[in-house]
Amino acid sequence: MFQIKRSPWVLHYDGSSCNGCDIEVLACLTPVYDAERFGIINTGDPMQADILLITGGINSQNADVVKQLYDQMPRPKVVVAVGVCACTGGIFKDCYNILGGADKVIPVDIYVPGCAARPQAIIDGIVQAVDLFQRRLEKHNDYMKEHAHDKNDAKNKKTGTED
Amino acid sequence: MAEYINRIEEIDYHDLLEKSIEKKRQGYRLSQACAAYSGGKLELSYSFADDETLELVTFRLVIDKETEIISLSEVIPYAAFYENEMKELFGVNIQLIEPDYKNKLYRINTETPFVPKGE
Amino acid sequence: MKKRSIVPYGPQHPVLPEPIHLDLVIEDEKIVEAIPSIGFIHRGLESLAMKRDFNQMVYVAERVCGICSFGHGFGYCEAVEDIMKVEVPDRAKFLRTIWFELSRMHSHFLWLGLLADGFGFENLFYQCWRIREKILDVLELTTGGRVIFSVNKIGGVMKDITPEMAVAISEMLTSVKKELKQIVPIFMEDYSVRSRLEGVGVLTKEQAHTLGCAGPFARASGIGADMRTLGYGAYKELDFEIITSDKGDCYARCDVRIREIFQSIDLIRQALDKLPEGELAAAVKGNPNGESFIRIEQPRGEAVYYVKANGSPHLDRMRVRTPTFANLAGLCETLKGADYADVGLLILTIDPCISCTER
Repeated sequence: MFQIKRSPWVLHYDGSSCNGCDIEVLACLTPVYDAERFGIINTGDPMQADILLITGGINSQNADVVKQLYDQMPRPKVVVAVGVCACTGGIFKDCYNILGGADKVIPVDIYVPGCAARPQAIIDGIVQAVDLFQRRLEKHNDYMKEHAHDKNDAKNKKTGTED
Repeated sequence: MAEYINRIEEIDYHDLLEKSIEKKRQGYRLSQACAAYSGGKLELSYSFADDETLELVTFRLVIDKETEIISLSEVIPYAAFYENEMKELFGVNIQLIEPDYKNKLYRINTETPFVPKGE
Repeated sequence: MKKRSIVPYGPQHPVLPEPIHLDLVIEDEKIVEAIPSIGFIHRGLESLAMKRDFNQMVYVAERVCGICSFGHGFGYCEAVEDIMKVEVPDRAKFLRTIWFELSRMHSHFLWLGLLADGFGFENLFYQCWRIREKILDVLELTTGGRVIFSVNKIGGVMKDITPEMAVAISEMLTSVKKELKQIVPIFMEDYSVRSRLEGVGVLTKEQAHTLGCAGPFARASGIGADMRTLGYGAYKELDFEIITSDKGDCYARCDVRIREIFQSIDLIRQALDKLPEGELAAAVKGNPNGESFIRIEQPRGEAVYYVKANGSPHLDRMRVRTPTFANLAGLCETLKGADYADVGLLILTIDPCISCTER
């Protein structure tokens, strides 16, 4: 298995799911399935979260909420759609108030199918998300290192002209 | 099975308020209220339940789409949630709801999704 | 006059597993008024009745909510069976009752856990959820699903409980009862827990009646209403008493739900003992024509199912009035005058199921 360099924090948001996937996500974090052994921890604060677990489809009202949560998360970030509703809209696809899966409003990286998604599948999704997060983090760090000087230069120049 | 009454009583929409007040005085609570649409008419159902005798009486109103209904929220405050729902999903013309969410209870994009368009 | 301010609460909030939004009008630290706004999970599920036939609607009804999923399927089937005058075999009635009580147990454990999380007792939260997994294991063994079972169909059930499974259920009940007895004193006697629960969010019997509250929330205020006394399913052949408390605070709600778990254990044992032999489902012919109101007691309270059929495979209307919808008014009332710090706890004590509420 991969080595973890940082513990990603997970934010769970219930889109318009029926609760089935939500309680399975919560059950994953409790002692029997214990997803926290993969180095993640559940948080309620989007500003500190690295992985967004989203359950349920998108409806006209929560579209903005989901977008806002995604924007509030710092880069790099990974999105996991848990359950078939979050993937495509599922059984509720034909309902008048459902726009579709989570990928209608935000980019989704990992899809976990199932109605309701089983804890084993959710854990698998989380493990993949942790892996993807590590890779993105490395890329992000490399990019930041490369461009660190540019930024400083730009800053100096800017302050220079202002003076 | 403990026998209990579960009946539907058709009433005129003018009598709704009066009959509801009567039920409230007798100690019933509003168990649910809902609307249905069939054949160009709206059917409203107000169910009153008594916890002692387990009785469930449903008042049925068959009305046209334009008919004005007076809200029960003055008498039964929590009726407002049901009435806002009926108003938003079926376009039932209910007046004087308190609080009136002004068709923004669920904040849906579709107008009156349960009533087919163009009818 | 004191300065008033409005604090938006939710939809994404650490204490809330589901999104609900409240505008809290506060004066210093006290809540003056709470205005709920819902609609974050509204899917328009009832409109599917026009697109799916009445047999497929069983699966849709089960997905009204993932926690009380079995109850929704049960209630919907009862309503359609009532219209079609289908006589459900006795064995199916007992099996439904057993599964229904098992879901009540897991729902109450879930709630106890969330309550513990709400007042910041993480360890207790994990304990409750660990015990809950045992119930889910048995449900998986008997139905094949953990949260959504899909064993109901119009006319009966699709799966059977074999004698081996009955033994497994019985063993599970023994061990759950033992473990529950260990954690009950923490909820009921622990000083810090009691200080968070006692006297908080009091709802009197009169208020509960005027606001039309339902379920354990109303029973904790002394209203003796339990729809199981209607005798649907196998309840008419089982022995049970309505559990009430007269205090009406958070402590009483916790107490009522804990006693209901013990009651469910007892009911399942009775049902397993009396489980009759026979068919699992009755044959269903034709399409429903007519209408029916059916009330059942969900883990969260009274739920009303209304089905109106017109003789074609597609229903005219399927409507579910869920318990949380009835309890919203009660929630706003208990929030008035409460401390801001207790808001999360008070929302939790009605055992909100937003997904039910908005469908």
